[in-house]
Amino acid sequence: MLATGAIGAFGVAAVAWPFIDQMNPAQDVLALATSEVDISKVAVGQSITVLWRGHPVFIRHRTPEEIKAAEDVNLADLKDPQPDSDRVKKGKEEWLIVVGVCTHLGCIPLGQKQGDPRGEFGGWFCPCHGSQYDTSGRIRKGPAPANLAVPPYDFEDSKVKIG
Amino acid sequence: MSDAPRFKNPVVRWIDHRMPIFTFLHHQQVYPTPKNLNYWWNFGSLAGIMLVIMIVTGIVLAMHYTPHATMAFDSVEGIMRDVNYGWLIRYIHMNGGSMFFIVVYIHIFRGLYYGSYKPPRELLWLLGIVILLLMMATAFMGYVLPWGQMSFWGATVITNLFSAIPLIGNSIVTWLWGGFSVDNPTLNRFFSLHYLLPFVIFAVVFLHLWALHHHKSNNPLGIDIKGPQDTIPFHPYYTVKDYVGIGVFLIFFSVFVFFAPNFFGEPDNYIKANPLQTPPHIVPEWYFLPYYAILRATPDNFIGSWVTSWLGFILVPAKLAGVILMFGSLLVLALQPWLDRSPVRSARFRPVYKWFFWIILLDAIVLGYCGANPPEGAYVVIARIATAWYFFHFVILMPLLSVFERPDPLPHSISEPVLKGGGFAPAPARAKPMEKA
Amino acid sequence: MRRIILAGCAAVALLAWGGATSAQDEQAQCVADIAAKNPLQHQEWDFNSIFGTYDEAALKRGFQVYKEVCSACHSMNLLAYRHLAGIGLKEDEIKAVAASVQVTDGPNDEGEMFERPGVPSDKFHPPFPNEQAARAANNGALPPDLSLMAKAREGGPDHIVAILTGYGDPPACLKMNEGMNYNHAFAAGGFQIAMPAPLSDGAVTYADGTQATLPQMAHDVAYFLSWASEPNLDTRHKMGVGVILFLIVLTGCFYAVYRKVWSDVH
Repeated sequence: MLATGAIGAFGVAAVAWPFIDQMNPAQDVLALATSEVDISKVAVGQSITVLWRGHPVFIRHRTPEEIKAAEDVNLADLKDPQPDSDRVKKGKEEWLIVVGVCTHLGCIPLGQKQGDPRGEFGGWFCPCHGSQYDTSGRIRKGPAPANLAVPPYDFEDSKVKIG
Repeated sequence: MSDAPRFKNPVVRWIDHRMPIFTFLHHQQVYPTPKNLNYWWNFGSLAGIMLVIMIVTGIVLAMHYTPHATMAFDSVEGIMRDVNYGWLIRYIHMNGGSMFFIVVYIHIFRGLYYGSYKPPRELLWLLGIVILLLMMATAFMGYVLPWGQMSFWGATVITNLFSAIPLIGNSIVTWLWGGFSVDNPTLNRFFSLHYLLPFVIFAVVFLHLWALHHHKSNNPLGIDIKGPQDTIPFHPYYTVKDYVGIGVFLIFFSVFVFFAPNFFGEPDNYIKANPLQTPPHIVPEWYFLPYYAILRATPDNFIGSWVTSWLGFILVPAKLAGVILMFGSLLVLALQPWLDRSPVRSARFRPVYKWFFWIILLDAIVLGYCGANPPEGAYVVIARIATAWYFFHFVILMPLLSVFERPDPLPHSISEPVLKGGGFAPAPARAKPMEKA
Repeated sequence: MRRIILAGCAAVALLAWGGATSAQDEQAQCVADIAAKNPLQHQEWDFNSIFGTYDEAALKRGFQVYKEVCSACHSMNLLAYRHLAGIGLKEDEIKAVAASVQVTDGPNDEGEMFERPGVPSDKFHPPFPNEQAARAANNGALPPDLSLMAKAREGGPDHIVAILTGYGDPPACLKMNEGMNYNHAFAAGGFQIAMPAPLSDGAVTYADGTQATLPQMAHDVAYFLSWASEPNLDTRHKMGVGVILFLIVLTGCFYAVYRKVWSDVH
């Protein structure tokens, strides 16, 4: 009797799995989980915004001044300490790629377009509650608790593959 | 005789004191059931299981389905190709519909054979017919949702039937369609109602079980329970027997889902709906075929010609007559408790009725076969004979049998044939009225 | 006199009507004869058995036939290039297949639509942008989408093979309509089909070296179309064997428990 119960319980679990797994992303959603972006035309000092998994991603071609400012920051001053080198790829430090969603409550920070306010630290300024990010996308001022997220990405020739 | 059970667990006692769900469940466990039920009594629980399976798979499918005419077909194929295990859930739901009707039809024929509709179970029977009607509506609307050729044209044909209603028919059809033909508004509302009705079925099933539990189950001998010696508690005896039934049934179900998933379906429904092209043969799903045959059986002005000679009414066109007969076929089934007045319940002891039971079963299959074929040639003749026989059986034959059939002698009690080694009481000239428990 | 003229008119009318009907009857008889002479031939499909799976070599050959011959007129809108992993193509091969077509994308920042090479997540590129263009290019006939063709016709892949190998000269009794082709498998259209014979021996040079005879190509493309209609068949069969074996064991256990529980009732 116990054996039957055990076999039956296994059967119930085996049946339950497809019903749980079907809510996981479907194959067509997974197929769109990677975005390839051509960055050959993004000049130094320029920023572009692309869509990735439903979110905006900021790709900024940083100027040498912006890179230096990011590297010179004292980590003790940071709410979410992280050296700039951890947030960019070695040899490609001029490319900063971050998810453009404020870590406070999810608004999209300003700073991508010409004339946008960038805040005191030259990065991004979130208009909703005043969070300010620096040239490495790290939170410097305001209510946001964490730095702008860095998505997984790889460079391939003149393109970057995100996700 | 509700002796409240004493529960050991204090949490259980706390809840039960405030809302006696555990006492209720306990009563279901000890619920006295006739000890002689055969496997034909498994089909009620199988029907309940199928309802749950259909609801669960349906809700999950609805997470991925888009009920818009331009996207419905593709969203179903998206489920088949891209959603994790989507093909499995879709095939379970698709074949589950057929399984549900197989189980319910067997359940109904069991009732017809053993007289389960007779007093005091008439309301139980009527609730069952209501469930059948709700199932038919649900299945009809569900078949429209994939928006294939058969979905669209089946919906067109059947909704058009309502135009047969005199005076207001066309307004009703426009109202049903939400437009001037079956189109997106129709699809959307069918989706909404298809999602809703199974829960209505669930509620009616609850009433069905409530009515059942009041007078307890019928049994193959058709005689009343006389005392505790005739019954055994539902748990563990019938729970474990139901498990066996479920196991066998799931094997049968799985053979279709995994190895012949399109056996019950129509290839035409894998073509996207095209309002400008009618398929050569419009056929509903198999479980509607007998009604489809009855619907198409009426010759032109059939009722009209009979009626005009008597009452001078306007001629009734074949379409309306067909609709009337189709719904009538369900009505006469519902009226069984009043048409069949034989005091003997089970066909085991009704030697004449037994033959006619098998004939009506054959008749239903013949009607189904006619429904699958175009209404031409021999099929028309056979369908008409089979339809006529159907109504003759229920409306004329059953009342006559009630009066003229001489039934076999009934055993005294359920346990008696077993305890006394099969001895039956001596035969009376006519069956005595059923004794009340 | 008037009666004679009337009778004469009636006779002429009757003759004409009778003549017309008998021509229709003749055609109907001709069609019925062709149908009777050409019952559906059943092919061997190894994937149809309980343990059946798709043979990747046949799938790849079939895809090659579709790509090189059929895709000129027939879309397969429900398939994406990434689905080709199911016929055994590797990721770089899929990327190459996708990149070989130009896909319309956009609008870009200037508001214009533009062309770009395909990527695996794109759906199969249709040969025509819409139904009207397809009809215009094919004398008013619409080449049907093939994504579900193996399930959308009675007889499935058998029917597809029959159509592809069913071309020939029409029998004398059949009156062919303008621009139509005789095909002894196309009962739905009275054995007249708008599509001219798409395949002939050697139409394709198979990558795996198999000889591309007409029956071979017909078989392979029907095989591929079966997969396209039912890509999860392999998983379905495997799961089915496991589930049913499991259920047999479980039901056996339940039955044993049932007998034990009931042993004390009569």
